[in-house]
Amino acid sequence: MPKMKLKDIISPFYVWQRSFEKPYTNNKPIDERPGAPSYRGFHVNDIEKCVGCGTCETICMNNAIDMVPVENLTAQVGDSGLRPRFDYGRCCWCALCVDICTTSSLRMSNEYAWVTDNPDDFRFTPGVDEKPWDDHPLGYRRDPDYSLLKLERPAMTMLSAEEGLNSFDEVVHGFTPEQAIVEASRCVECNICVATCPAHMNIPGYIKTIREQDFEQGLRLLYETNPFSSTCGRICTHRCEDDCVISHLGKPLAIRWLKRYITDQIPAEKYQQILQHKITENGKKVAIVGAGPGGLSAAYFLRLKGYQVSVYESAEKAGGMLRYGVPTYRLPDDALDKDIDYILSLGVSIHYQTTVGKEIDFQVLYDENDAVFFSTGLNVPSGLRIKGEDHPRVLSGLQVLCDVASQRDPGVGKKVAVIGGGNVAMDAARVCRRIGAEVTILYRRRIEDMPADPEEIEEAQAEKCKFVTQAIPGLIEKAKSLKQVVIQWGEAEMVADDNGGRPRPVLQEDKMHTDSYDCIISAIGQAGNYSFLPEDIKQQLVSQRGKFTVSNHQQTSNTKVFIGGDIANKTADAISAIADGQNAAIGIDEVLSLGMGTK
Amino acid sequence: MPSISQQPHKFDPPLEPDLTSGKYVKIWHGPQHPGITGNMSLELTICGDEVAHCKTHVGYLHRGFEKLMERRTFIQNFPVVCRIAVPEPAFNEYLYAAAIEEIAEIEVPELAQWLRVLNLELMRLASYLMWLGGSSGSFGMTTVYQWTVTHRDYILDLFEEMTGARIYHMYITPGGVRAKLPEGFKGRVLKVMQGVEKLLYEVEKVVFNNHVFKLRSQGLGIISKDMIDEYGIVGPNQRACGFERDLRKDQPYLVYDQLDFEVVTETESDAYTRAWVRYQEMHQSVSMIRQVLDKMPEGGSFHADLPNVLHWNVPAGETYVKAECTRGEYGYYMVTDGSEYLQRIHIRGPSYTHAVSVMEKLAVGINIADVAGLMVSLHTYPPEIER
Repeated sequence: MPKMKLKDIISPFYVWQRSFEKPYTNNKPIDERPGAPSYRGFHVNDIEKCVGCGTCETICMNNAIDMVPVENLTAQVGDSGLRPRFDYGRCCWCALCVDICTTSSLRMSNEYAWVTDNPDDFRFTPGVDEKPWDDHPLGYRRDPDYSLLKLERPAMTMLSAEEGLNSFDEVVHGFTPEQAIVEASRCVECNICVATCPAHMNIPGYIKTIREQDFEQGLRLLYETNPFSSTCGRICTHRCEDDCVISHLGKPLAIRWLKRYITDQIPAEKYQQILQHKITENGKKVAIVGAGPGGLSAAYFLRLKGYQVSVYESAEKAGGMLRYGVPTYRLPDDALDKDIDYILSLGVSIHYQTTVGKEIDFQVLYDENDAVFFSTGLNVPSGLRIKGEDHPRVLSGLQVLCDVASQRDPGVGKKVAVIGGGNVAMDAARVCRRIGAEVTILYRRRIEDMPADPEEIEEAQAEKCKFVTQAIPGLIEKAKSLKQVVIQWGEAEMVADDNGGRPRPVLQEDKMHTDSYDCIISAIGQAGNYSFLPEDIKQQLVSQRGKFTVSNHQQTSNTKVFIGGDIANKTADAISAIADGQNAAIGIDEVLSLGMGTK
Repeated sequence: MPSISQQPHKFDPPLEPDLTSGKYVKIWHGPQHPGITGNMSLELTICGDEVAHCKTHVGYLHRGFEKLMERRTFIQNFPVVCRIAVPEPAFNEYLYAAAIEEIAEIEVPELAQWLRVLNLELMRLASYLMWLGGSSGSFGMTTVYQWTVTHRDYILDLFEEMTGARIYHMYITPGGVRAKLPEGFKGRVLKVMQGVEKLLYEVEKVVFNNHVFKLRSQGLGIISKDMIDEYGIVGPNQRACGFERDLRKDQPYLVYDQLDFEVVTETESDAYTRAWVRYQEMHQSVSMIRQVLDKMPEGGSFHADLPNVLHWNVPAGETYVKAECTRGEYGYYMVTDGSEYLQRIHIRGPSYTHAVSVMEKLAVGINIADVAGLMVSLHTYPPEIER
């Protein structure tokens, strides 16, 4: 027992001193105490900014978040149309969802008290269902210096502009294994890119196979939707990347390079062994006109369904624009051949140098086959529509590219003007730079208005193509020498469009220039050539602005004729043609095997 | 041949008395009892008002954390661990992060290390204040409980500002911490520290210089020196027994080696001494918090670069990390197999022995009115037992 001390008896009475102090507690509800400025309170969501990627749902460790459809909100390109719904019976307010939100739309208010008599109210969609804290100050926000997402892309090794100019070698080297894994791990698997891709490739799926180093499975996934994976891995217009949710805060995933990485890992001779496509013949025949990406894609998918497929191609080799329109520094021939060889190895019969309408009549194909698919592409260059354009030194961009691809001399000379701002113009200019010409690109509008891929424009600039923008060609004249040509062009002023369209260039008559070149390459667009179609079939086909109108499955009003590729879709790129080929195969199969029309 | 377990041992629990003799009454102390820390239960057999036998029962709390964590990705686990010690979650957050950082070889930026120490020491102080209130309450001084919980709330206000939450901070994440200090935060910490020091001065007068408290706590629940290693007794409970062991000093982690402090030891090893050790450590924490505010770098990165946490495959490995929490050594044993999930995690909180075997031994022979005081003097958190 402790010894009793007087101090120990008196000292506790100190307690009484506190009787005179004010209470520490708040007098709620008279005094409200707001949460701290960074308090993790109730959720708020900027419904306009949110794209419904569902990353919050993925990271939520309590399964408190569900992505649900919302009234008045429909899915569109880059937006799933879903929004996160929270279940406050499960939420633990850890704010991982806020930290990982790919658009920073999901945030928290600093409100922490809420009473309601309806238990269903605790399951709500922030930003859609009105809540008392919607007007409260914001609470927790992700610190900008910290991110759970990886926003930077590993730098791709490429040939320098100087090295590129000396050869037709591929400019982009492709990812190293380390880079590929880093890049693949940036994916949040939201699937928004799948909806955007015209061929609806299983992008998160094959990216996952890179993380898991299972390239064989990756190849199988690629070939489910796209028999041109090696090609698309190089030259696809990658609209998937434009919609990648990571692009809201950082650099989008290099989906195209990752696809290329998978195909680069597997040699062509292993394709058959890995893909193991087994074909059961069904005895029906389909003719395909044009061995470009659209035609061969249709051939591939039809062949897998057991159809006997004959492809008619006017050129010496298959590939269409991929071979004759895309220069080898962007798409080397062996990469393209890898894809085409596999398609042909499935038993697709192909007739080279057989122009439909000349060597064989379309009517014969129509009568001898159960269905006909054609994707003949846009291969007739559009005219400049100025005086003197029939000068022999005015060449077409397509012809120059075709000549170079066929290893013929395009005969452009040493000083070249390219007119146009699309991919063909850029490619023609860069090809001319590689064969030693000085190149000036004349374009009616500004650089930001150019329809060419930004990468192509950048690389053309790096390769020292001279860009003259807001330049409208006016007249082409003979020069003193037969090997030269003179062009008159005027500076243009951009005038805002009153109807809200993009600004249009207006020629300034007083600012005219006259230049002389060895040749002028016109690359302002292409049109289709349908002279091979018999008149009665042509009558049945509906076209609008030079493009055929087709059903979802590429069927025309003639139920036996299917059309795809650049002549049927607005986007006019390889991946759309490939998607058309797949759709047509589905449509043809529906019609022939099930005996039904397509929608 | 008798197996090892059948051989009698000097620390074997006493046999349960014969209830049919009519001398004993069995009563349940807890799980709903203000004198119990957290939700656990003591099954007491009493003879008159003297405890003849004590058996502990757990199972009234959230359980199964370790298994739960095997089913969550690495980032999803960090909001789970804080629940393993409700009044003191920061140590769990730190240890979980430290284990991953060690296996994945992540280097934590310096600023993050200082912020972690600030967080942990504020946590220690808040936890001790809570304990001080509980301890006083258990010995009948509920007024002191009001005081200390008030000041704990002021620290929670600081947490709210620093981390975004009052209790489950979820601030220390694998790789660093989640945010920088807000503007003017240091000044507010210093102000709260002033208040805490004043409070401690008052508590010394009212609690430690109180004849009644001394009468009840001195000589209560004496832990003998030979029990320490045998039972795995750690923290203030062993320091009150004269062992100079403190992980912050013995195996410094974070930036504790840059802080100036002495390990507090006493020798009496009873409930009063244990309280006194903790009381001195509170002063020490206040001093450490001031040192941290003084020495910590002004700027810099507070979070290491992590892979995308949605596909985070921590490399295969195993590790044991430990830290000194208010109750002693807290350990995390983690095994990873290179996948996106933990293969196994084992969490060893100090309460595991303190609240079960030590309690069962010390409770025998004491007055039933002192059971609550004894339990609190061991400073136990039942969720650690049932993690």
